[in-house]
Amino acid sequence: MRDVAIVGIGQTPVGEHWGASLRELGADAVLAALADAGLSSADALIVGNAFGASFSSQTQLGALIADYANLNPIEAWSVEAADASGGAALRAGYMAVASGLADVVVVVGVEKSTDSIAQTRVMARNVALDADYEAAHGLTQTAQAGLVMRRYLYEYGVELGAFEGFSINAHANAKGNKNAMFQNQIKPGAFARASMVADPVNLFDGAPDADGAAAVVLMSADAARDLGKPAVLIAGSAAATDRLTLHERQDLLYLTAVAESTQKALAQAEVALGDVQVMELHDSYTIMTTLALEAMGFAARGRGWALAANAGEMFRPTGKLPISTFGGLKARGNPVGATGVYQAVEACLQLRCQAGVHQVPQAHTALIQSIGGFGSTVVTHVLRLLD
Amino acid sequence: MSTNGHTTDPQNGSLLMQPIRKVGIVGYGAYVPRYRLPGTEVARIWTKGLGGSPIKEKAVAGLDEDVTTMSIEAARNAVARAAIDPKLIRAVWVGSESHPYAVKPTSTIVAESIGTSANIQAADWEFACKAGTEAVQASIGMIGSGMNAYTLSIGMDTAQGRPGDALEYTAASGGAAFLLGPADESVAIYQGSYSFVTDTPDFWRRSGETYPTHGDRFTGEPAYFNHTLSSARTLMELMGTTAQDYTHAVFHQPNVKFPSRAAQMLGFNDEQIKHGLLAGEIGNVYSGSCMTGLTAILDIAKAGDRILMVSYGSGAGSDSFDLVVTDRIEAARHRAPSTWDYINRRTVIDYATYCRYRGKLKD
Repeated sequence: MRDVAIVGIGQTPVGEHWGASLRELGADAVLAALADAGLSSADALIVGNAFGASFSSQTQLGALIADYANLNPIEAWSVEAADASGGAALRAGYMAVASGLADVVVVVGVEKSTDSIAQTRVMARNVALDADYEAAHGLTQTAQAGLVMRRYLYEYGVELGAFEGFSINAHANAKGNKNAMFQNQIKPGAFARASMVADPVNLFDGAPDADGAAAVVLMSADAARDLGKPAVLIAGSAAATDRLTLHERQDLLYLTAVAESTQKALAQAEVALGDVQVMELHDSYTIMTTLALEAMGFAARGRGWALAANAGEMFRPTGKLPISTFGGLKARGNPVGATGVYQAVEACLQLRCQAGVHQVPQAHTALIQSIGGFGSTVVTHVLRLLD
Repeated sequence: MSTNGHTTDPQNGSLLMQPIRKVGIVGYGAYVPRYRLPGTEVARIWTKGLGGSPIKEKAVAGLDEDVTTMSIEAARNAVARAAIDPKLIRAVWVGSESHPYAVKPTSTIVAESIGTSANIQAADWEFACKAGTEAVQASIGMIGSGMNAYTLSIGMDTAQGRPGDALEYTAASGGAAFLLGPADESVAIYQGSYSFVTDTPDFWRRSGETYPTHGDRFTGEPAYFNHTLSSARTLMELMGTTAQDYTHAVFHQPNVKFPSRAAQMLGFNDEQIKHGLLAGEIGNVYSGSCMTGLTAILDIAKAGDRILMVSYGSGAGSDSFDLVVTDRIEAARHRAPSTWDYINRRTVIDYATYCRYRGKLKD
């Protein structure tokens, strides 16, 4: 096994790209990452994408994007793990380089959500649920979050407004990120009054689906050192799964795959939770952030929500535990299968001290986590600047 | 703003459309049915009253009304204001996306009902919300070329909104008729016009479907705003005018927000758009939208007032017209009910009555 480093990053703005197709977005990010690395080609291209088949009626994204980026006959294929597709693609790229089967791998996450209208998109997203036991009965991803959040409010006697700090922080952190979908601010108190989407999940709670693509270039750490550019070491990489259906789980309010993949990634990186200075979490819903923080060990069970009370001090880039430093899924936007790669790009910007107004002072260890379904697929990476 | 790759550069000479002989509006007439469905009623049924409404209320056609009957009402008002023998009219064109028949013209019923001769052109037009103004462009061409003296262009709709959809707040009934003729008989004279059209699928209803589908926010920036602004800016550039040169401006109004923002982006102030902005009171009357707004402006306009009218139709396109009001307006406007006479004639209905009137209840 070889150590693996990220030597190039690229991203497109996240938003509604009415005039750009899946292939254009993907190729733009790939070429930007290769340019950042000072390279013109690679051995393999791995594409993270969740809903190309249902949103855009398009599969075989490896060949599509390799062709459009003029990289043929490069080996190329896609990885799907619902909203964790980006994180899973990064791990696939990591495994390819670490094993020695490939020397230079480009990992691109891409999604074109606006190829479908909202109603169609909700139905299309349901393919990530259990088709027989959930989707067929009318459950949606947002409804899942609603059910879990309702249970959390009931079990721990928490008021809905207690979660607002997560959304306020995400939007505050997005300010100044030219690639973020939203830069507007959420005023204190507005969260609890927002329109319901799937009660108690409201409009200011869930992350917006978006279009976007992000890419990273991977090579062995030794080769990266020879390249002479700022590189980021993938110090830990781990994935875990939980039961797909909510009703099969022993404990609805504990994300076991989050705990499992976090511990494995930290152990591989030989760092403790307290050594992490910056995190990009999968803040698709405030209840997801809450349960992830609890399962990772940042808060006791039933107390994750309390961290949001001090969000202004806690989660900002200058806080004790900076999260969603470029806006997170909530405000940067959630280009579903690309999101995990955006997290990697943003963490690299932090570790390379290129994060501008988002910069976390003296950040040397970052953790990024990509979650598919309601915690059924979780991919965690620990990154640090390559010595 | 992106124009989706399209250019407004002239390919062959000037883009400005000006007929050989001057054409104007000889008579105009609006019709708005009396029933009103408040936005709060739609919200009560679908959102527990939460989330607000894009408009105060919308006009709803009654049980015995459709695009044909409402077009006849508006056409009669236009003929009354023109004070001409309807047998002189040589074309009756009805623009709508809710023609009662899929095959059988609305226009022939309207023509015969208002007493035209059989020596006419008659056809139904469809271009989503700009079907009516497309018929106006054609009328300017027909009269301006000397083919005939008078034509009638109508924009009228009983717009469809799927129960529970965002469109249900605004999809309304109503419209207006314009009797076009020679400039020296007109209450307002066309100075020039322009159309901007692309293939932009923001909103559609396929054959056989009851309700339209729309592309969410795609209906905004790449659709409504791109076309409306491209059309208006190009016409003003061709005319050598700016927003300050117009007394009034009226835009297609799917809600209050869109036309207000488009107006602001073009440099118009609230005073310039207030007389033509009716969406808050009657909703989006689709093909009749900016045409009805223009009737409300003509109801209060003075000789010499200059007006910019800009339509928008999904699919997509926008027609812009530059008009100057003449002193004939004073005598003509009182020959028929004003647009606000219709708007003030209102009976509020609840959602259940709305369902019955608009045929929402199926077996």
